[in-house]
Amino acid sequence: MKVSIKVNGQNYTRDIEERTLLVHFLREQAGLTGTHIGCETSLCGACTVLLNGNAVKSCTVLAASADGTEVTTVEGLAKGNELHPIQEGFWEKHGLQCGFCTPGFLMATVQLLERNPNPTEDEIRHGLEGNYCRCTGYHNIVKAVQFAAAKMRGEAIAAD
Amino acid sequence: MYPAKFTYHAPWSVEEAITLMNENEDSKLIAGGHSLLPTMKMRLATPAHLIDMKNLRSLLSYIHDKGDHIAIGSLTTYHQIESSSLVKQAAAILAQTVSEVGDMQVRNMGTLGGSIAHADPAGDPPAAILASNATMVIQSSGGERTVAASDFFQGFFETAVGAGEILKEIRVPKFSGGSSYQKFKHPASGYAVAGVAVCLTKNGGNIGGVSVSVTGVSDGAYRANGVEAALTGQAFSEALAASAAAHAIDGIDALEDPFADAAYRGQLAKTLAKRAIIAAWNNA
Ligand SMILES: Cc1cc2nc3c(=O)[nH]c(=O)nc-3n(C[C@H](O)[C@H](O)[C@H](O)COP(=O)(O)OP(=O)(O)OC[C@H]3O[C@@H](n4cnc5c(N)ncnc54)[C@H](O)[C@@H]3O)c2cc1C
Ligand code: FES
Ligand code: FES
Repeated sequence: MKVSIKVNGQNYTRDIEERTLLVHFLREQAGLTGTHIGCETSLCGACTVLLNGNAVKSCTVLAASADGTEVTTVEGLAKGNELHPIQEGFWEKHGLQCGFCTPGFLMATVQLLERNPNPTEDEIRHGLEGNYCRCTGYHNIVKAVQFAAAKMRGEAIAAD
Repeated sequence: MYPAKFTYHAPWSVEEAITLMNENEDSKLIAGGHSLLPTMKMRLATPAHLIDMKNLRSLLSYIHDKGDHIAIGSLTTYHQIESSSLVKQAAAILAQTVSEVGDMQVRNMGTLGGSIAHADPAGDPPAAILASNATMVIQSSGGERTVAASDFFQGFFETAVGAGEILKEIRVPKFSGGSSYQKFKHPASGYAVAGVAVCLTKNGGNIGGVSVSVTGVSDGAYRANGVEAALTGQAFSEALAASAAAHAIDGIDALEDPFADAAYRGQLAKTLAKRAIIAAWNNA
């Protein structure tokens, strides 16, 4: 079947099998491999993207269901060489080690901060419950999100 | 992990979806897909025809104030429900319960209709549906019918929704008493190992009306009649909450799995029932 999905502002029309998952469409049809596949069982959140503005696990959405939608992946966050404040937060606060989970955390954080620009630590941990990191222990991820939130609110950020 | 092959349909009306179901015996509806797709990827479900309800969202995704009740379209997502001020204020038990489902991404996709049509024994929303005495509107080619929550859940993944039928709407009576949902989450999946929902009204220092439902413990969510009987009309105390909660699994064979044996699950249900009764009393 033919499916058209606008990814990071660019239209991708592809002939695919009905059973193609959105994550495979993004990686194999659109060639955007920033979206990772961790568990394939809807649990780890590495495959998180924004579907019409909602953070979803793209391993648990059919590409067919996403026909005609707009998707934002991690490749759509930075503006040229300028990192998105959330990417900057993960960079500044060492919110990653191997980086495998990071694209998913970044995209889930976009949604978290859009809904709650000034989250408490508890709210950050609750908001990112759908994302697993096997390296960091989450501590620095929380700091990274706090950094990004402050920057996006336009506040001065204290150095470490 | 790919699902097995299927033929894909995306109808534009409820009637068209019903016709497709009736014409294709081995067919399944898909709403948010967050129960169905995981089972299809594991090849536990291999429908030959998949009927995607994505084009019915403009028809079946809504939260309407209907005076004495709130009408919720079956395709309304958990996120839409948990962020609705109407639901938070007039059906607090539902707002709280859906906010405890899965995680943010799951709540963006999962639908109330999908959850209760699926009737996972470890699902959270059925507890709120039972405790709030909701009514379900079901459509088939023969027309519409309504089913009370107490007749809706019929055991292991079984509901009143039959072949060729679509769950269209959930009607939740407005409730201004106290309520609470208490859940013990499975540490990996987030589903309820046990969950208890309580709605009650105060009559001075006494409990007026009360409804108590339990999920996660049996082959489907159920009303804990023994707990309700022990509370109704009684003077509230924490000791009463504890003695009433001891009836949470009366007549029930609690489920067993590698995470929780029957005795542990039963004990969780009683403890959560006690906490839910006290919390509901305190916010009544
Ligand atoms: C990682 C993860 C964690 C989760 N954690 C929890 C949790 O903690 N608690 C919890 O309760 N649930 C949890 N869930 C399940 C989630 O709540 C599902 O979204 C929900 O059970 C099903 O809703 P859906 O819209 O995704 O339905 P689908 O998966 O699309 O459909 C489920 C079934 O219902 C049928 N169906 C759907 N809509 C209708 C309708 N309108 N009429 C008739 N039949 C219909 C479908 O044919 C299918 O058989 C979790 C899911 C995932 C992936
Ligand atoms: S790969 Fe999608 S949730 Fe893990
Ligand atoms: S940084 Fe390695 S899994 Fe998160």
